[in-house]
Amino acid sequence: MADMATPPGSAPDTGGRRDFLTLATTAFTAVGVGAVVWPFISSMNPARDTLALASTEVDLAPVQLGQAVTVMWRGKPVFIRHRTPENVASARATPLTELKDPATDQSRVQKDEWLVLIGVCTHLGCVPLGQKPTDPHGDYDGWFCPCHGSHYDAAGRIRKGPAPLNLAVPGYTFTSDTKIRIG
Amino acid sequence: MSIGLHKSEFKNPVIRWVDSRLPLFTMMQKEYGTFPTPRNFNYFWNFGALAMVSLMIMILTGVFLSMNYTAHTGYAFDSVERIMRDVNYGWLLRYVHANGASMFFIVVYIHIWRGMYYGSYKAPRELLWMLGVVIFLLMMATAFMGYVLPWGQMSFWGATVITNLFSAFPVVGSHIVTWLWGGFSVDNPTLNRFFSLHYLLPFVIAGVVFLHIAALHITGSNNPLGIDPKGPQDTIPFHPYYTSKDSVGLVVYFIVFAILVFFMPNYLGHPDNYIPANPMVTPTHIVPEWYFLPYYAILRAVPDKLGGVLLMFGSIALLFVLPWLDGSPVRSMRFRPLARIAFALFTLNFFVLLYVGGKPAEEPYVTISRFATAYYFAYFLVILPLLARLERPLPLPESIARAVLGRGGGPIPMAAAAKPMEKA
Amino acid sequence: MRMLKSLVLLGAMAIAPAAYAAGEEIHLPETRFSSDGIFGTFDRASVQRGFQVYREVCSNCHSMRLLSYRNLSEIGLTEEQIRAVAADVQVQDGPNDEGQMFERPGRPSDRFRRPFANDAAARTANNGALPPDFSVIAKAREGGPHYIQALLTGYEDPPAGFTLGDGMNYNRYFPGHQIAMAAPLNPDQVEYADHTPATVEQMSRDVALFLHWAAEPELEQRRQMGIKIVLFLGVLGVLAYGVKRRIWADLH
Repeated sequence: MADMATPPGSAPDTGGRRDFLTLATTAFTAVGVGAVVWPFISSMNPARDTLALASTEVDLAPVQLGQAVTVMWRGKPVFIRHRTPENVASARATPLTELKDPATDQSRVQKDEWLVLIGVCTHLGCVPLGQKPTDPHGDYDGWFCPCHGSHYDAAGRIRKGPAPLNLAVPGYTFTSDTKIRIG
Repeated sequence: MSIGLHKSEFKNPVIRWVDSRLPLFTMMQKEYGTFPTPRNFNYFWNFGALAMVSLMIMILTGVFLSMNYTAHTGYAFDSVERIMRDVNYGWLLRYVHANGASMFFIVVYIHIWRGMYYGSYKAPRELLWMLGVVIFLLMMATAFMGYVLPWGQMSFWGATVITNLFSAFPVVGSHIVTWLWGGFSVDNPTLNRFFSLHYLLPFVIAGVVFLHIAALHITGSNNPLGIDPKGPQDTIPFHPYYTSKDSVGLVVYFIVFAILVFFMPNYLGHPDNYIPANPMVTPTHIVPEWYFLPYYAILRAVPDKLGGVLLMFGSIALLFVLPWLDGSPVRSMRFRPLARIAFALFTLNFFVLLYVGGKPAEEPYVTISRFATAYYFAYFLVILPLLARLERPLPLPESIARAVLGRGGGPIPMAAAAKPMEKA
Repeated sequence: MRMLKSLVLLGAMAIAPAAYAAGEEIHLPETRFSSDGIFGTFDRASVQRGFQVYREVCSNCHSMRLLSYRNLSEIGLTEEQIRAVAADVQVQDGPNDEGQMFERPGRPSDRFRRPFANDAAARTANNGALPPDFSVIAKAREGGPHYIQALLTGYEDPPAGFTLGDGMNYNRYFPGHQIAMAAPLNPDQVEYADHTPATVEQMSRDVALFLHWAAEPELEQRRQMGIKIVLFLGVLGVLAYGVKRRIWADLH
């Protein structure tokens, strides 16, 4: 309205006192509207029951050397691979300088033979192949994402393709020698 | 018709660019800025704006609630309680939505009351009034279906009873009811279609509200004196005078709303609706939401199924023809001493109907509801048409400005008062 | 005009709930709960005792299917206490890799264990009567916690001439006075950790408050927010009225 020429009959400006009052009212209204917006936005964030969703327990005993299992955690696949000594050796032999997202193999596992990863490609969220023996494992004996051609190595690190980061490692603990709890 | 850009008076280049291609800003300025409005509105004229705000609040909270609601008989109740317990601020959204329905009806009832008292339904505003009645009907349908969604005992049995109203119609009645249900009782298909329509109808309401406002801006607003503005001295621009006055009413509205939501959120609801729906057990005393009670009382006042249903629908249908039932040329009841008393009784009678509608169908409530129903219909069908012929209205003021500012003038002679509206 | 408007508002608000009262009036005894009034909160010690009563007595028949063990943190139980409470029950999970359902100790994210597999089982075990779920019972009964407490302390001998159905019990405050549930609480039925004497009166108060919390866990947050918002709107109302007065000043 300030852009319009004062229309005939509109309230004449009565000076500073009104300006302060109007300003205070406007400020209060703005604060009020801002405060009202938050509950709406917040309601779209994960609800309490979603946040509290059960952690997943996995029994590792049946997973033979060289095999892998996929379990569901928070609606996402988690890759668990029982790595062979050769897998571990090749992952550790890779110099960090060759990595796009440098991380040592040691920093990505709790026990050398058990690699636990969130099976979601860090590019655009597809599930990489490489869990089944018949799957392609990519050029680095790990996983291959068929959507856009990202290759991960035996430590789940990105080696080739558009993905920017290594496959994420979820928080997990060994509850016994052969059991882990994810989350 | 000239081809080319609209001549915009705005100075801001961006606003001007848009406005000269699509004169939205000019329209807003014309309809809500400089729009000449009678200078003598009282606070009852807030309620149109309040109803508009209520509708927006209901749509906004409803859209967010639906993100977490599950329209399935097996999950509806639990999904609503999950909103209350687990969704961030879900309890706030739901209580605002549930009590917002009550606030909407309170506001709209006062808005209708104002229209009836000040004769806003009379020429040339008949169509404006009828569009308002359409909004009211759509609101009732929306509110009814919304109340079914939590799938509590009152939801289920309310849905059963109200849909069964249609079974009163001979021959086709039972087919209509089956069609409404999508089955042989109120069940999952019913819940699903009610959810769909409950989501749809508010947008239909918004459309009719647009027409309601468009019609208002053709005829201009009525005012407490019920006489037409005769010149610029009788009107003031809508902004800033009525925007500031509406803001005051709006804050009061929000205070009442907040007290309901935060301190007595279930006060207007019924405890039984926190019992999950059970098709095998009817609650001992079922009642609709408070805003339906007057019509529920009319329904129960008649000891005949079809008669009760017809009378109930008739009680609202009467509103459509109100402009033609009341033939008095004087709009405002300030100048109609007899109609004023009759309308005061009508108001009281409405509260009586509201009260007995919530009572069990036993004496003395049944007798009271019959008398109250009789008066409800008599007011429209007998009293108003008779008063139009018999009543001697008080002298009308010469103009709004004179009446408001009290500068000289005095009442005008009776001869002029008898036909005060040039437009009519 | 303002008077009229507020009258209309008040009229509508006063009539609606009053209109629901039906049938024989049963007057609840005067009791006060910490959750009463607009500033009321839940007395944590009492709610925790109430949970103990529910857990040790009521939960044998009454489910609370909408509550999870994690919710108990809201009444002041620690993470460890909650884990212990949850682990105390066996819940069904599965199917496992072999397709079998199995039992495991409860976790905080689990719902309260249900005493019966389904309604039919509950009826069979309770002489044909279905013990209602307690999740929102305080919202689902007129009077809320006041009614619950009255009911739990309202068992007495039927008055002369009152015919009691088979297996039914007389209760002053139950609608119709015939209730299938026998008096559930006896003195010293539970042993409170804080050494509060476990009278029937005390236990029923505690469990009524616990059930009120269970039905309205948002109550404290809601009221706190409400007070702030109403104060805020009060100030805004004064400001808005000031602006309106000033704008209109030149018209009169």
